[in-house]
Formats: sequence, structure tokens, C-alpha cells
Amino acid sequence: MIYLELFWSYFQIGLFSIGGGYAAMPLIQNQVVEIHSWLTMTQFADIVTIAEMTPGPIAINSATFVGIMVAGLPGAIVATLGCVFPSCVIVMTLAYIYYRFRRLRIVQGVLAGLRPAVIAMIASAGINLFFTAVYGTTSLPADPGRINIAALIIFLCAFFVLRKWKITPIKVMAGSGIAGLILFSLF
Amino acid sequence: MKNTKRSKLAQLFLSVFKLSACTFGGGFVIVPLMRKRFVEELGWIEEQEMLDITAIAQSSPGAIAVNASILVGYHVAGIPGALLTVLGTVTPPFIIISIISLFYQAFRENAVVSLVMAGMLCGVAAVIFDVVIDMAKTIFQKKRVLPFFVFLGAFLAVRFFSVNIILVILVCGILGAVETQYREKKQKEGGAK
Repeated sequence: MIYLELFWSYFQIGLFSIGGGYAAMPLIQNQVVEIHSWLTMTQFADIVTIAEMTPGPIAINSATFVGIMVAGLPGAIVATLGCVFPSCVIVMTLAYIYYRFRRLRIVQGVLAGLRPAVIAMIASAGINLFFTAVYGTTSLPADPGRINIAALIIFLCAFFVLRKWKITPIKVMAGSGIAGLILFSLF
Repeated sequence: MKNTKRSKLAQLFLSVFKLSACTFGGGFVIVPLMRKRFVEELGWIEEQEMLDITAIAQSSPGAIAVNASILVGYHVAGIPGALLTVLGTVTPPFIIISIISLFYQAFRENAVVSLVMAGMLCGVAAVIFDVVIDMAKTIFQKKRVLPFFVFLGAFLAVRFFSVNIILVILVCGILGAVETQYREKKQKEGGAK
């Protein structure tokens, strides 16, 4: 039953992506690419790119995208529901406890323990995307010399600009897109 | 009376809908925008309350934008308010991505688009590296040993040993809870002496 699988996968993504922002990314890759093979790594990289360029959280964006790819509009609705369901229950419970007791020490402790792990997992997913960008595979190939120089240059420039001037990601993305169009058609 | 309540709900829905439709670049961006709308413009939420909402939204599983809007909705109009704000937050990205998916196949086969996408992928990778460095800095600046080993352990486990991500999250969460309990206990004992 595809709808149930979609719901359950996105339920897990919603439940275990703690720490906001990009924390959902490794989980999405794990569920959607590795476990269920609903998307290829290229399609996953595409949806991460699209999510970065469009409003909305990456988990919701990918739920809609994967749902439509796998089971049409109903699939998208089911995946999105699965994704927000854990939030609804947990956030309302936490809010209730919070307003009642005004302290969430244990929750903060869990969060503090999780944060380094979440960063490590985002780093790992980032490395996958980097390899996809410069090698076309998610891991280091046997011949690291077969690197796409143009892609590496765009990556390095984007990275430099981000670190140096703290420009908004959306501008960096737009610039990288234009640079890609020019450099990749030249080489 | 009933009318004002209904218009308040409508205003609530429209506010989060607009915020969600205009928020590019991750959940942290939406929180200051929500503060502006609900604290400054509408006056429905107090300043301190908004800080608490932010804290809960960040400590809960799921997207920060979704969590924050659940809290705002819940605060303003109870559970119906929360459900309404979730709907308002999810609908804009849902519509946008649905439209993109319709054209995705044709879009992807277009030579120009695929070059632009390939370039953007390099940009995304750079953005993620940038975010990771900023996040890692806040952890390592505290110069504590445990977070460093958690980072290293989690990275090795996920990257080289393909350990289940959910397992890593559970173990690290429990580790964090135990450590906090232990430190609090030690602090109390220290205070008693």
C-alpha cells in the first residue's frame, strides 16, 4: 500500500528531524533514496535545489515532490500529512507542559546532546551533494582525477562568497545557476 | 461576536499563509517575520511569549516554520487555530512544488535548465557547508569534550558504517538527557556542600 508507506516514511522524517533547517535532509535521503528508491540521487539533489529556491521547509517541499512522483496528488497530500502529524502532536504537548511548568530542562538536554549529531549528519548529506555535483556519484569514485573542474570552481566561488560576505543563499544559488549555464556550456 | 472570531481566524490563516509563501531559505527566517506580524502588528502575542514559542519550535521535531505556526495558532485560538495555521503554512509550498513537479520531466530534459540546475547544485552544496560550519562553531566554541565526540562518532557512524540515522538520533538524544541530569545532580550536590 503505497499511501501507507509514504505516510509512514514522512511520519518518521517529521518525527526524527530535530534541530530545524537542514536536519531533515539526511533523513529524507535515507528514506526516499536509500530505503525506498522513490528518487534517484540526482532527483534528490534536484529537490534539495528546488527547495532552496522556493519558499517552505525542505521536508514539506520534498513530501509534496516525492508524493506526486510516486502516487500523484493524493500521494503528495498523504506524505505532507505524515510529515506534519508528529509536529502537531508533540508541539502541542510540549506547549501544554511548557505553559504548565515553565521549564523544559530535559528537553533542552536531549536537544543539546542531539545537536552535534545533527550537524554531523547534515555534513554527511552535504558531502553527498558535493560529490553528486563534482563527480555525479554520492561517494568518492575510484579515480578522483575525474573531477568536474567547472563544478568545483562554482562550488569554491559560492563557498567563498558565502563565508566572506554572508550573502543570502538565494542570491548565491541564482549566481551558481548562471555560472553553471555559462561554464558547463563552454567546457 | 461570532463574526469577529471568524475574522480573527481568517486573519490568522492569511497571516501564516503569506509568511509561508514569502519565506525563502529555511525555518530560522520565518521566526523574526512572525514576531513582526503577531507581536508588533497584531499584538496577539507578547514579546516574551514569542521567545518561548521560538524555543519550543526549535526543540521539537519537524520543520521550525510548521512548529512555530502551530504554537502561534494554538496560542491565539486553541487547537482549531493550530490546525488552521498548519494548513496555512503547508499550503503555499505544496502548491508551488505541485506545479513544479508537473513540469519537472520536461523541465529536466531541457538542456539550458539542466545546466542551470547543475550549477545550482554546486551552490546548494556550498550553502550547506556554510551552514554546517556556522552550526559547528557554536558547538565547538564551548570547548566541551562530549559534543566533539558525539559529532565525530555520529559522522563516522553515518558516513562510513551506514548506521541507521534514527538509531544515531535516539542514542545521542538519550546521551544528552542523561548528561544534563547528571550535571544538574552534581550542581545540586555542589550547592548543598
